[in-house]
Amino acid sequence: MKKVGNQTISFDNPPTILECASIVGPKEAKGPLAKYFDQTLDDEFWGEKTWEKAESKIIKETVSTVISKSGVPSNKIDCMFAGDLLNQCISSSFGLRELNIPFFGVFGACSTFVESISLGAICTESFAENVLCATSSHFCSAEKQFRFPLELGNQRPPSSQWTVTGSGAAILTKSGTGPYITHITPGKIVDMGIKDGNNMGAAMAPAFADTLISHFEDTGRNPSYYDAIISGDLGYIGKEIVIDILKSKGYNIKSNYNDCGVLIFDKNAQDTHSGGSGCACCGTVFSGYFFKQLKERKIKKMLLIATGALMNSTTSQQGESIPGIAHAISIEI
Amino acid sequence: MDINWANVFDWTVLLKCFVTAGVICVLGQILIDKTKLTPAKILVIFVTTGAILGGLGVYQYLVDFAGAGATVPLTGFGYNLAKGAIEAVQQMGLVGAFVGGVKAAAGGIAAAVFFGYLAALISKPKMKKQ
Repeated sequence: MKKVGNQTISFDNPPTILECASIVGPKEAKGPLAKYFDQTLDDEFWGEKTWEKAESKIIKETVSTVISKSGVPSNKIDCMFAGDLLNQCISSSFGLRELNIPFFGVFGACSTFVESISLGAICTESFAENVLCATSSHFCSAEKQFRFPLELGNQRPPSSQWTVTGSGAAILTKSGTGPYITHITPGKIVDMGIKDGNNMGAAMAPAFADTLISHFEDTGRNPSYYDAIISGDLGYIGKEIVIDILKSKGYNIKSNYNDCGVLIFDKNAQDTHSGGSGCACCGTVFSGYFFKQLKERKIKKMLLIATGALMNSTTSQQGESIPGIAHAISIEI
Repeated sequence: MDINWANVFDWTVLLKCFVTAGVICVLGQILIDKTKLTPAKILVIFVTTGAILGGLGVYQYLVDFAGAGATVPLTGFGYNLAKGAIEAVQQMGLVGAFVGGVKAAAGGIAAAVFFGYLAALISKPKMKKQ
């Protein structure tokens, strides 16, 4: 493992993404990617009394699914990284408390999935044989956490995105046959002064551009090197902004770039305004869709860049701007 | 007994009521769609506007014109607060400015709490459709 360029990590022995699993909620189950997920739920409560309990159950069941799919017994998993959007990451810690696996709680807002995988991949270069990485989000609990409780019946403005209900989990292993994580480009915090909590795509787009350009400069690669460059949850507005920013810096990503928040819902049939968001957006779309594409060799080289908005409801109410972050992993077979 | 439904209601009054309340709601919708104001801020703006216009006596014209179409929306709540405060000042002096508003709005406030509580008992919040 070594550092290349300013901020990219390159692996001598690239870890393999052994297996992935995903469970999604009822709205995602009606979206275009529904058939790729391991399980789709009919009810956002999933038989639980609260949305927080439902979210914990979703991450717990997703992790159980990935463990059983991988065939790796849980006592052979050396540690796990997980996080979510709720205060003090309770979905992860409550959902995974019975697992008996050393646990690192991670907060990177919606970039958590890639942040967890990055940290897990680094562990496989040292002490760990197998590492579990997971994340979750839930539309109803996230609305309460970041905006208003649903009981208030507020309208969502047109620029707002829809938090994906679901969970994505992956198991990384030191010795495998791919898909390999070859590079990590951890993102810097970028704050361009956007204050609108209902327009997260615009707030996170500059961070995405910063990480992507750093990745190209550090590795000497260009956009055409990748079959797919995928962002986590910039949505329709963020996607357009990013294509423009990259164009102005001399990179054309229009042909192979897309966003998980754009892919997960049907724009016309499901009115989500500006697309999907949340930790589970990138988590489920990668675990459900892209991982299978890599396994079937339909995509051979992809750059997954999860984006996060690092604010909370207090900072929004106090009129602070929204710092954005974007972490990138290069996955190749 | 034959009821001539066409004459049971005064349709012009209903139309005025419907259009006035509708216009107030459209203003709220424009604020949500075109500005970055949160719903909570819009609520406060509406109540405050109603109170100011009520205090100046302007809102009374709208109430005379549209009836419930002007008193039921949020601005009507503000109007009611101002009207109650003014009337109480006339009866009991300056202290009326503090007690009159809430007194006049007491029916609405208590009903909101009561029916809110009832609704919370019998229903469960759900994911919104969009």
